[in-house]
Amino acid sequence: MSEQHDLTAHVGLRGVTKVFRGADGAPSVHALGPIDLDLRRGEFFAVVGPSGCGKSTLLEVLAGLSQVSEGNVLIEGKPVGGDIMDGVGVVFQEDACLPWLTVYDNIAFGLMQTDTSRAEIATRVESALTMTGLSGFAGSYPAQLSGGMRQRVCIARTLVLQPRLILLDEPFGALDQQTRLLMGEELLRLWRATGATIFLITHALDEAAMLADRIGIMSARPGRLLEILETGWSRDRDSRLVETAEFGAVTARLWQVLRGESMKSINRDGARA
Amino acid sequence: MKAESANWVGTIWITVGLLVLWQAAYLIVGDLALRSPLQTVAFAYELLRKPSFAPHLVETGKAFAAALAIATAMGLVIGITLGLSKPAGEVFEPMLVALYSIPKVTLYPILLLMFGLGISAKIAFGALHGFIPVALFTINAVRNVKPIYLKTGRVMRLGRAAMVAKVVFPAAVPEIFTGLRIGFSLTMIGTVLGEMFASQKGLGHLLMNAIGLHNVDLIMAITLMLVVFAAGMSSVLLMIDRRLHRRV
Repeated sequence: MSEQHDLTAHVGLRGVTKVFRGADGAPSVHALGPIDLDLRRGEFFAVVGPSGCGKSTLLEVLAGLSQVSEGNVLIEGKPVGGDIMDGVGVVFQEDACLPWLTVYDNIAFGLMQTDTSRAEIATRVESALTMTGLSGFAGSYPAQLSGGMRQRVCIARTLVLQPRLILLDEPFGALDQQTRLLMGEELLRLWRATGATIFLITHALDEAAMLADRIGIMSARPGRLLEILETGWSRDRDSRLVETAEFGAVTARLWQVLRGESMKSINRDGARA
Repeated sequence: MKAESANWVGTIWITVGLLVLWQAAYLIVGDLALRSPLQTVAFAYELLRKPSFAPHLVETGKAFAAALAIATAMGLVIGITLGLSKPAGEVFEPMLVALYSIPKVTLYPILLLMFGLGISAKIAFGALHGFIPVALFTINAVRNVKPIYLKTGRVMRLGRAAMVAKVVFPAAVPEIFTGLRIGFSLTMIGTVLGEMFASQKGLGHLLMNAIGLHNVDLIMAITLMLVVFAAGMSSVLLMIDRRLHRRV
């Protein structure tokens, strides 16, 4: 199987399928796939799709939080099993700040589990605090921060681990539109600064259109990749991109492909209800 | 800050109200069954200065401290174990609930046979009262840890032991602490009850003797000491409890 992978790719998925077996006689659910995809090293890849199409399942499979039913996933040539691989960072949509730790300790949390020296931890955390604009809040607890700031803490916690692949599951889903645009800009800045490959799951078409180099459009469940759209943006883009006609064209194309799939998804959910 | 000062004002008013009720009860019932608040405080002060009283106080203190330590340790170990293992929790939690509802005094003769007439039986009886609420609250606390914290732990590649120590336990602490607060009160009740029924030393033993001799001064003074200690500690624990819950 592995010879079919593009060995220069950072991440490769071949025939990835996920079926959730029903417990106690409940029917199985074919959630995902088959999916074939290669992520280029250092690219920003976004995935959009109708709700319930398996976007988050795809991310969990990539992260090693969930095992595939069929197919395989390679990260830097190594197969992903049931564990998180070295060099992979994950940011979730939900507030994942640990409320009993200060911002500093939250960011240092992952590093403290490694052999990294105290001095190195302090250097990396300070740098992440500056990078994410949280320098003045190192001693604060998450309960004292806004939703956007808490999400930045989670991003900083991932960044200090210096991951080569960052998986983001709707990280700005709970934020308002303006904050999302600005957080998107920050994310682009961090992406340029770190050189990491980013895999972003989002339901917001404009977010995907602004942030990504390529956008994977997924079908209704079972989620498959219908199309991969190249945006062609320069690396030093920012949120002013939304003012351009090209941006409108990308968003329009995304909706053109997704509209029918979203209708399918809504009709199915409606029929079940 | 305003809410905290309002709480203090409320506590002072309740204390004053209780003292007024106590004084009124004393005036109605008379010297035969009660002493006034002032008389009780004066007697308690004298009692505390008597060298013969100290060994009883120390005995109860030692028994209570040991019982509380055992109840806490047992409650935490049982609670975390059953909280982490769903099948074990489903089997043993109903047993704990059943044990919780049994009047523990019915088990005291068995404890006396097992531990003999001494401090060990009192400690065991105190711990028996206290460990169950700690365990039950801990089970629920561990089960209710938000899945996102566990996911975060997995993403940070924590092993099972590290996951318990660095994620599950800290996340469960506020709820566990509520169990500890209840366990504290019940352990105290258990320890004093143990001293009342079969003991040769301690505040419970003194209290039982005082009842037998109808020594109203001693009954009132010891009861006051126990109430002040329990209420004081309970207030401190409640304050910590609220702070822990506010952070989450």
